[in-house]
Amino acid sequence: MMQAFLFDPFMMMYDSPLFFVEVLVSGLMSGVMYALVALGFVLIFKASGVFNFAQGAMVLFAALTFVGLWELGVNPWLALILSAVTMIGVAFSVERIVLRPLVNQDPIIFFMATIGITYFLDGFGQTIWGSEVRPLDIGIPNEPFMDFAEWSGLYINKFDVFATVVCSVLVALLAGFFTKTKIGRALRAVADDHQAALSVGIPLKTIWTIVWSVAGIVGLAAGILWGSKLGVQFTLALIAFKALPVLILGGFTSIPGAIIGGLIIGSGEKIAEVYWGDAFGGAIEDWFAYVVALIFLLFRPQGLFGEKIIERV
Amino acid sequence: MIYREAGQFKTSYNSDQALLPVAQDRFFVIGLLVVAYLVIPFVANDYWLNSIFLQFFIFALAAIGLNILTGYAGQLSLGTGGFMACGAFSAYKLATSFPDMHIIIVLFIAGLITALVGMLFGIPSLRIKGFYLAVSTLAAQFFLLWLFNRVPWFTNYSSSGVISPPPIKLIGDYYITGPQATNLTQYFFTLTLVVVMALGARNIIRGHIGRSWMAMRDMDIAAEIIGISPLRAKLSAFAVSSFYCGIAGALWAFLYTETVQPLAFEINQSFLILFMIIIGGLGSILGSFFGAAFILVLPIFLNSAPALLGLKLSGSLVTHIEFMVFGVLIVFFLIVEPHGLARLWGIAKEKLRLWPFPY
Amino acid sequence: MNNLVKKITIVMLIGVVFSLTGLAQAAEKIYVPMLTYTTGPYAPGGLPIDQGFRDYFKYVNATGGVNGVMLDWETCEYGYNTGRGVECYDRIKSKNGKMGVAVFPLSTGVTYALIPKTQADGMVLHSMGYGRTDASDGRVFSHVFTAPMTYWSQVTAITKYIGEQMGGLNNLKGKKIALVYHNSAYGKEPIKTLEVLSKKYGFKFLKYPVNHPGLEQKSTWLKIGRQTKPDFAIIFGWGVMTQTSIKEAKAIGYPVSKIIGNWWSASENDTRPAGAASVGYKAAGFHTIGKKYQLHKDILAKVYGAGNGSGEKSVVGEVLYNRALVQGVILTEAIRAAQKKYGNIAINGKQLAWGYEHVNLTSSRLNELGLGGFMKPLKITCANHEGANNLLIHEWDGNNWVNPSKWYTPMYDVTRPMIESSAAAYAKEKGITPRSNCN
Repeated sequence: MMQAFLFDPFMMMYDSPLFFVEVLVSGLMSGVMYALVALGFVLIFKASGVFNFAQGAMVLFAALTFVGLWELGVNPWLALILSAVTMIGVAFSVERIVLRPLVNQDPIIFFMATIGITYFLDGFGQTIWGSEVRPLDIGIPNEPFMDFAEWSGLYINKFDVFATVVCSVLVALLAGFFTKTKIGRALRAVADDHQAALSVGIPLKTIWTIVWSVAGIVGLAAGILWGSKLGVQFTLALIAFKALPVLILGGFTSIPGAIIGGLIIGSGEKIAEVYWGDAFGGAIEDWFAYVVALIFLLFRPQGLFGEKIIERV
Repeated sequence: MIYREAGQFKTSYNSDQALLPVAQDRFFVIGLLVVAYLVIPFVANDYWLNSIFLQFFIFALAAIGLNILTGYAGQLSLGTGGFMACGAFSAYKLATSFPDMHIIIVLFIAGLITALVGMLFGIPSLRIKGFYLAVSTLAAQFFLLWLFNRVPWFTNYSSSGVISPPPIKLIGDYYITGPQATNLTQYFFTLTLVVVMALGARNIIRGHIGRSWMAMRDMDIAAEIIGISPLRAKLSAFAVSSFYCGIAGALWAFLYTETVQPLAFEINQSFLILFMIIIGGLGSILGSFFGAAFILVLPIFLNSAPALLGLKLSGSLVTHIEFMVFGVLIVFFLIVEPHGLARLWGIAKEKLRLWPFPY
Repeated sequence: MNNLVKKITIVMLIGVVFSLTGLAQAAEKIYVPMLTYTTGPYAPGGLPIDQGFRDYFKYVNATGGVNGVMLDWETCEYGYNTGRGVECYDRIKSKNGKMGVAVFPLSTGVTYALIPKTQADGMVLHSMGYGRTDASDGRVFSHVFTAPMTYWSQVTAITKYIGEQMGGLNNLKGKKIALVYHNSAYGKEPIKTLEVLSKKYGFKFLKYPVNHPGLEQKSTWLKIGRQTKPDFAIIFGWGVMTQTSIKEAKAIGYPVSKIIGNWWSASENDTRPAGAASVGYKAAGFHTIGKKYQLHKDILAKVYGAGNGSGEKSVVGEVLYNRALVQGVILTEAIRAAQKKYGNIAINGKQLAWGYEHVNLTSSRLNELGLGGFMKPLKITCANHEGANNLLIHEWDGNNWVNPSKWYTPMYDVTRPMIESSAAAYAKEKGITPRSNCN
């Protein structure tokens, strides 16, 4: 028993280091995908202090809209723009209908309100676009680079590489947006101190709409990537659960934290499942990330890069 | 006029501290119990007894459990499903290992086991709170379900991992589980259990422990300064809450579905119970009942309403609408009445105090 | 006040019931409650089944019912959620005071929950190709039917197929077969059988659980594709899990042609979203696929021709649609068998159970029903509620199921003793005395 936990996994790693590299790389790449979802959470939490549980539903809704429009015969690029516009519309209505009347409530109330939004978006998306699985093919094959594999013995997936590139570009864009543009600076000001931001004349409500829109567009990107991997359907909303431990690990307020947290969770999860899965009996991915995050929290309640202002008890 | 407490004088400390100090409240609750014990069993058919009332009692119990933790002690938990599963599986192990054990003892011990597990998963609450805690309770949810799915010992090595409780006698020839159990026996049993446990919860909350929970919820630092130990307050909240959830889970497995697999307690179940307490009212036992009734009856109503109106909607559309209505209602309640149905009830009582002479 | 309202309601209800029974006596119908799921994570699987059921029932009624007795049904949407399923059953089990005759839960979890309930209600519970395998022992489970085949029989037939690919069952020695399964009651069913088979034939059996709903399979397939490299992988997936399996296998470079899905992983709705990755994927079934049969033509003409179709015309002939037809055919055959004994009346559940035990779908009967070659003959008996049937494997070419294999007979000599001992253990646990008047 002890051997299966303490000894065998390391023997396996030692025996085939190439396989270990493969597991690690594919874990890192799924981590990128988790980070993409987590990014949406972080954006909203940073600017408005709202823990947006609906991010998963927004991912689903965005992807459904995109695929639905595409299937109706709309040019994919136009569909992309239209879905982005839809997400801005969602952000606008959320701000107007849900957030504004709740100003000054407890954060917990906001959190529960976003659960309400989750349910609404799930139902609304399916009412419009139906509940069957919609295949989404953006033209990137989900298969290993065969030439590279023959040369080095390493199987690296093309789609994962593509997703990593998209994610990096997105993060770079966001970083630029936050540091170089006026709106971005306003966003950071709001994140730092609501009161001070208001007093220097930054319109809080507009900022909220903007940040929800940006989160919606990040959700669209995540939705398209995840959707082309898994098919666009109801269960896509559940990937939000994969992003939550990433958030805990990385901290709710840090964009680099979301990325690094994603990478740690993604690779840790895969390594655990592949090497320790047998000892535990398999299918441990669901809870492994949560337990890692939980143990981590006991030592560093604010996450890797989170701000220390989180109240300790 | 109707709800007027003027003229009801308290002449002793006992009567001042009674559970329901206002006479009208007392009459109302007694009336409700009379209806529940003497009218409903003879009027309701099997569908109402088994599918509506039984489910309602079980969910109300779970909602009371979560309300203790979230509403009174302020610790948001998304692990209710996991704790219910824990109750169900421990009750199953107890009932099959000790066939002669009485059902009440089985439920009680299953509740205690769940309470222990709840305390274990409550430990992080000593360091973290708010969303971080909510997310970490998901660990309980996922881990417990995986555990029951994975370890065949919990299911007595059943090939499919499904448990079905053995037939258990309540008293004499009255079975409480199994094919011989009648809906009426199950109805009276759960009703009594829920009434007793709800009274118990109400009393715990009025007492020292309950007040320490509320102090902790309202301001933890202040609570600590006046001498409340956060360790004891938080862990006891987790324990009591899990105790209730565990018993609810065991009842769900033993009486309602009569068989259960871990999947039945997945994350959606946790959310459903969370909605019950949001809509019913955070920090209110009565609200737990309101919320459970509302969340249970709403989908059934939505499902049958179009047919009653003569509309022919497809089943899937109805379910999608149900999702949307759920979402809208939650947001609506949070905006309009964050204290839920229980607060509306309170407002109604205020109005009744003056009605029909508002000035 | 409240009492008055209640009294009035009761009086009105009694009136309604009386008038309805008065009407109903003129033409009594056989009532079937139908549990469906067209929403939630498994909706893509539930949709075509629901459509097939309703089309077949409409078709039967359009052609004069079963010996003149019409079918009546009510559907209830439960979203593959066991709790809701039980509530649904209680809600629609009877209509106008008349108890339904049979129920098809379409979910292993709900099947387990309904076994005691249907027994109390005197209703047939037919779990066709799912549910509790040991319920095939009719002596213990008098009202539960698993015809035409169970999961246990299925994996033995698939093993036969794999053996044949290897050049004979004896060549399985030292080979590896993996099972990737939905980590629930449904997915766990075949494990014991495969363990027995692996001992018998000396192959190595590897199992890989996948958690509901099945989106996380990357590491599973990493292990399969790059580490253990089994010769064949059997999938017990449902809904989105199946296509994720195919895609992840492709992504890691495991040959998709070595993957064999069970009959619930055989839906077009699950393979189509996997796109080009799924070419070569194989899946089992106890019936063929397509709409070239006379029954399909009749349904298209009489139901869809009259504008009564329950869904899109293109779904007719899909795997799960055809599965619903098998279900419908077995039900109507059982009704006919019961009517032979009890007369051409609207039979009740107990009589239907008797009818089920005397279903004899010979190939000439299948021809008469317009299903010649659609499935193999099926005979259900009192002791054997599974009956004996055959299984075949199809291959997915990216758009359609093609290349049907020959029919494989399951190893009943392996599964039947397992079923009997498991049923006996259940009987002992629940204090049931097995029927002795069966043989």
